[in-house]
Amino acid sequence: MDTLILVIIGLVAGPILGGLIAGLDRRVTAWFQSRQGPPIMQAFYDVAKLLGKEKMVVNQWQILCAWVYLIAAATSVALFFAQGDLLLIFFVQAVGAVFLVMGAMAAKSPYSQVGAQRELMQILAYEPVLILVFVGFYLVTGSFSIEAVWSQEMPLLAKMPLLYLALGYALTIKLRKSPFDFSTSHHGHQELVKGVLTEYSGPYLALIEIAHWYETILVLGLCALFWHTNVAWMAVLLVATYMLEILVDNTMARMTWRWMLKRVWVLGMGMSVVNLIWLYAG
Amino acid sequence: MFGSFIKKSRAKSPWIMHFDCGSCNGCDIEVLACLTPLYDVERFGVINVGNPKHADVLLVTGTVNHRNKKVLKNIYDQMPEPKAVIAIGACGNSGGVFREAYNVVGGVDKVIPVDVYVPGCPAKPEAIIDGVVAGLAKFAQKVEEA
Ligand code: SF4
Repeated sequence: MDTLILVIIGLVAGPILGGLIAGLDRRVTAWFQSRQGPPIMQAFYDVAKLLGKEKMVVNQWQILCAWVYLIAAATSVALFFAQGDLLLIFFVQAVGAVFLVMGAMAAKSPYSQVGAQRELMQILAYEPVLILVFVGFYLVTGSFSIEAVWSQEMPLLAKMPLLYLALGYALTIKLRKSPFDFSTSHHGHQELVKGVLTEYSGPYLALIEIAHWYETILVLGLCALFWHTNVAWMAVLLVATYMLEILVDNTMARMTWRWMLKRVWVLGMGMSVVNLIWLYAG
Repeated sequence: MFGSFIKKSRAKSPWIMHFDCGSCNGCDIEVLACLTPLYDVERFGVINVGNPKHADVLLVTGTVNHRNKKVLKNIYDQMPEPKAVIAIGACGNSGGVFREAYNVVGGVDKVIPVDVYVPGCPAKPEAIIDGVVAGLAKFAQKVEEA
């Protein structure tokens, strides 16, 4: 019964928090650029407007892919709130990510094709890091379930600081922020029009946006697990991490995907492996 | 309730797309000036998108000629309803100083329906922002009637 309530909380709170974070993000970004920026609620206005627009699709695949992406993202957040298994969460969110790519591939437009290829590269970069972080959880707690984390005395950050940094890479890629925003980017910085999202419009674009909020919450939730012992410190950690993301987004230029693969594989996976060896030996 | 929130959101989140039909660049830089920190139209929820499929408002600058009228029509058709079109500058409104030229069709309204005309050569950023606001009011009305 408790699990069911947690699942419902996750499903409802996910998009609300995600939308607020997106709104705050734009406010802070505007502040960095000495502008005023849109209202905090802006992300909700955008999605509501998109939901009310005409349904235009290139082909039926896009509808299916948008829905699967949303459902997978929502399911992974629900599993996370239900204290589920980290590996299961990982696979469910990977299914969603793959369907986003398939949706972009389904249209012939070169922009969405190139966006899809780049999105694949991004998936290739962050998924191994994510899996290594989960292995770290396993080495510390002896289990892949989130429940096991709560029985730990010390915050996990003390034992896996390098894995946290590596997770930062995954977060930047997942949030589609500079320097890793080549498959699609938010707002001003466009290069490929909108990459994977080019061929989506109206309500289906809104579905993808909501799924993106869910994913933001999922990755931030994973970050939160690193300081589970104290809610205040957990909040501090999350706010600091997200602010750093925005700072990086605003101060970095977009790089090439080769740069990303090198950086994330060598540095991100390198740090993860060092941390894992340390956990294993220690 | 949700329906009314959607209606309210339309005016709060106009995503604009800017198409240049052969303008002298005067009006274009004024449109882009609206996005700079000085005017900061993003505080009204405006995003400058590069994709007609995501856009709500089409800003057209410059004179329409026989070569780009098809492109203009194509872009307009790709935008999902509800949408609004705003013609900017003397050229967009009527063809401006180029209206007599043999290759010129005339204003934007010769090809697609225009909701708001913003005068000026070049149009001032304040006038463009005004035009977008007026365009939103029009399109709210259009949705109401439909
Ligand atoms: S209206 Fe004037 S400034 Fe604008 S495009 Fe025409 S000639 Fe240039």
